[in-house]
Amino acid sequence: MAKRVGIEVSVAIGEVVTMTNTDVIAAYPITPQTHIVEHLAKLVADGELDAEYIPVESEHSALSACLGAAAAGARTFTATAGQGLELMHEVLYIASSMQLPVVMAVANRALSAPLSVWGDHSDAMAVRDTGWIQIFTENGQEVVDNILCAFRIAEDRGVLLPVMVHLDGFHLSHVIEPILLPEQSEVDAFLPPNDYPLPLDPAKPVTMGDFGPPFIYTEVKWAQEVNLRKSMETILKCWGEFDRIFKRCYHPVECYRSEDAEVLLLTMGSFSETAMTAIDQMRQQGKNIGLIKLRLWRPFPFDEIRSAVRDAEVLIVLDRALSFGGPGGPVASEIRSALYNEDKRPKIVSFVGGLGGRDITVSGFSEMVNRGIEISKTGSKHEFEIFGARE
Amino acid sequence: MAKPEKELTWKDLEIGAVVTEPGNARQYRTGDWRSQRPTYKFDKCIKCGLCWVFCPEACFHQNDEGYFMADLYYCYGCGICAKECPTGVITMVEEEE
Repeated sequence: MAKRVGIEVSVAIGEVVTMTNTDVIAAYPITPQTHIVEHLAKLVADGELDAEYIPVESEHSALSACLGAAAAGARTFTATAGQGLELMHEVLYIASSMQLPVVMAVANRALSAPLSVWGDHSDAMAVRDTGWIQIFTENGQEVVDNILCAFRIAEDRGVLLPVMVHLDGFHLSHVIEPILLPEQSEVDAFLPPNDYPLPLDPAKPVTMGDFGPPFIYTEVKWAQEVNLRKSMETILKCWGEFDRIFKRCYHPVECYRSEDAEVLLLTMGSFSETAMTAIDQMRQQGKNIGLIKLRLWRPFPFDEIRSAVRDAEVLIVLDRALSFGGPGGPVASEIRSALYNEDKRPKIVSFVGGLGGRDITVSGFSEMVNRGIEISKTGSKHEFEIFGARE
Repeated sequence: MAKPEKELTWKDLEIGAVVTEPGNARQYRTGDWRSQRPTYKFDKCIKCGLCWVFCPEACFHQNDEGYFMADLYYCYGCGICAKECPTGVITMVEEEE
């Protein structure tokens, strides 16, 4: 049986990555992700994890080194945050296009300027088109569980795609939580050894990341899109198998007290925990309200979102990132487009808030919901409303 | 590769679009890029081979008489051979199709 330990979430990630017997870690420290790779460096130095640990000069190099290792068939892990993820940007596309199953923890952080080490989802949203599978988590247990699932999904023969597991910087990365760490035997039963089908091998040479002239580039991109969409089947199967072994269940879209709710709030990441408390309070006050938590960001769970919100009158979406000069919140914008052609759909109210580590409290969520209901009746001057900015 | 490369569909591609056939870059017809083609006045040729040395596509070959000529499947018409030839054997002419 797994044992429950009080442990910092970043350290717990290091522990579970060790249990996966990862072969190569290449990383560069950046707040608030540093503790993850710092702990892994210690585990490797202490001989507890038999892996190559490559300390590199930048995040661009960190991911590039991971690609090389993954191409040689190694199980590969890295972690980053904020500006680090931005510096990796061009290499992110290469990992997904070349189908290299790297697993990365992202301790979500705001983007400069002004310099902010605190959490929001600007970094995750800026990389939404890079072709990675992206999973959001709301507490330490979910982080540990989904890191383990990420390896299984990424390395599955039917997928072979890199996976990001998003955890909110500080709110999750730096908190000490009671976490059920799996037993080594359970990890071994759940996660088969990595067996990359076309590794770099002098005996059977292959060319990776080759030149793609106009006559083939479109076919390559379409194959990539089909593969990412199809990965949904494997993700669902993996979470099902995880539930069978570990008795904890994950879904692309998770609903909290949402049955028959007239008003729905939608959140991602650790804010969902506060939002659930706010929903409980509002239910006690007689409001017919529920919460939708979007766990799987890529591939986007179109069907699950549609069926989760179909019967509501109002859907209030909180984004922790701002698409400047555009539709405001990326999440609200994508949900709008997912619902636009539906006959039956709720009114969508978009809020952007919780930027750069700004908390939204239980009463803050109540305020947001009340304002959202008002906007749903009166309409809004803009595509979205900023939450909590002082006038 | 069973099919010619321009007939490949998205379903025919390997994982990550890797190429599993070593050396297939030689199938790539760089000659398609050409807008000028080299012509030769071999009576001036001293068979020094500088065209062979300088050709960035390495597409010059010696014929049975020892003269150097570019393989037009690969020659992309850059004109470096004409520029480097010390005796003025090579003249670039417009491709007119």
